Amino acid sequence: MSRAEVSPPSDAVARAHRARPATGVPVIFIVPALVLYVFVVVYPSISGITYAFTDWNGLTATRGFVGFRNFRELLGDDAARAALGNTFRLALGVMVVQNAAGLLLALGTHARLRSRFVLRTLFFAPAVTSTLIAAFLWQYIYDPSGRQGLNALLGSLGLGTWQQDWLGNPDLALWSVVLVVVWQYAGYSMVIFLAGLQGIPQELYEAADIDGASGARKFWHITWPLLAPALTLNLMLSLVGGLKLFDQVFAMTGGGPGYATETLSTLVYKQAFVFGHYGLGTALAFMLAIIVAAVSLIQLNLLRAREVSE
Amino acid sequence: MTARLRLLAPEIGMVLVGLLFALPIGMLVMLSLHPQGQLATVPWYSLRGLSLENYVQAWRAANLGAALLSSVLITGLSVALVVVISSVAAYYLARVQSRLSHSLYILFLLGIVLPAQLALVPLYSTMKNLGLLGTPWGLILCYVGLQLPFSVFLYAGFLRTRTRSYEEAGLVDGATHTQVFRYIVLPLLRPVTGTVLILNGIFVWNDFLTPLLYVSGTPYQTLPVAIYAFVGQYTAQWGIVFAGLVMSMLPILMVYFALQRSIIQGFASGVKG
Repeated sequence: MSRAEVSPPSDAVARAHRARPATGVPVIFIVPALVLYVFVVVYPSISGITYAFTDWNGLTATRGFVGFRNFRELLGDDAARAALGNTFRLALGVMVVQNAAGLLLALGTHARLRSRFVLRTLFFAPAVTSTLIAAFLWQYIYDPSGRQGLNALLGSLGLGTWQQDWLGNPDLALWSVVLVVVWQYAGYSMVIFLAGLQGIPQELYEAADIDGASGARKFWHITWPLLAPALTLNLMLSLVGGLKLFDQVFAMTGGGPGYATETLSTLVYKQAFVFGHYGLGTALAFMLAIIVAAVSLIQLNLLRAREVSE
Repeated sequence: MTARLRLLAPEIGMVLVGLLFALPIGMLVMLSLHPQGQLATVPWYSLRGLSLENYVQAWRAANLGAALLSSVLITGLSVALVVVISSVAAYYLARVQSRLSHSLYILFLLGIVLPAQLALVPLYSTMKNLGLLGTPWGLILCYVGLQLPFSVFLYAGFLRTRTRSYEEAGLVDGATHTQVFRYIVLPLLRPVTGTVLILNGIFVWNDFLTPLLYVSGTPYQTLPVAIYAFVGQYTAQWGIVFAGLVMSMLPILMVYFALQRSIIQGFASGVKG
């Protein structure tokens, strides 16, 4: 694999090198990264876990240990319960719709269209822009008055009965947020699916053509199974991204109406930085962290099993 | 004729989907070009009476010049530091085979899985105690620390697949490890550096929550925070708001269209969680 194996420097030289400790990279090379990483990630994360069991308010130096009180309080709290359910609904919704859209875009632009490069660039473009800008743009599109945006469009198409208060209706608001996320990141899923599609050997399709296989059969027996690694990656990324979603909800609905779009991330922010309940905030963050870690582990194992069995 | 139509139909279909996709952005740009009040009389897609009036007002009201400068400086510094610190660390992790090196590598990997929210509140309070709140330094420190694990992972993974014979040759010739890193390893890592720059650069540029916590209301506000404050002030005046949004989107979109191929490749190859 490496060039060293093909043409080794003389054995004696190589051995002399390995024996000399001076060939080892000095440990100082890792020190800056380690110090910064421990300061910004490791130490605060460990603190986060311990603070979740205290009544810390961020102001006083003292933190009283309160056991599981924060968690019991959260389980009885309407906002926290709503946030937990919404976080899962939002993440699952984003995962399913974004991947379906991404796969369709990938299949559509994988074909020999003349405009495929322009279209790919276009579909991916929202993914590099800021989530905050996308949120404000869609806030306008979702304007409830009917004078502008989506409702105005529906009105001019004679579909006035379809007009909705997209962000103000508690039954709809969460799904309106999902649509914004999908619009922004379907192109990202598309790019990963495209990389998967390009890795499928063309001969398989040629052989299937000779056997007279239909388009649908080729998809189910060649494309779909061989896309498994790309699908795994896409499902993981979109689900974890959906679980952590903050910007779009914060900017478009602030968690409302009521608690209809409240998520764990927005509630962490509110509890800690708006109400000053640092203990409750870190307890919520701890719950989110456990969910994210557990979901990624479960998903990774399930999808690995699928890849192997197919 | 029908054969040609069958060939053209998917093309036309996908172009229509593309137009639908671009519609929100097109609407954004058109709305920003219509002076306030004019939209009561003409539809948003009308090309009559377009002007840059909203842009002049938004630029001044949102103080976008200052925000643009701090976004450029904070993104540039953070990303440069991440590249230097993580590539040097990866040189150690990929080349030293000891128990310490292996454990440190696992420790860095853990940082990729760990959601940043867990550290959010305690880190904020530490920064406050150190007096780093409201300074660009606290923010840069955050970004470097947060982006290190993934960048270290990309660099070390790549370096492990490369032969070390050039490095050994350099050492035999009497070069120091610093020289070997500077003249042999760093050039070797160039493709990964591209991916690291793109992924981290776009993340830092667009990030909203961290600068909202650390620099909002200070002269070091980055673009997303400035836009957030500005939209709050001008809620009903969509023309001005959208002019501000267009201006804050332009820099990243220009970079994207100039480097689209490598950016799309960077996202597809260095996938991040």
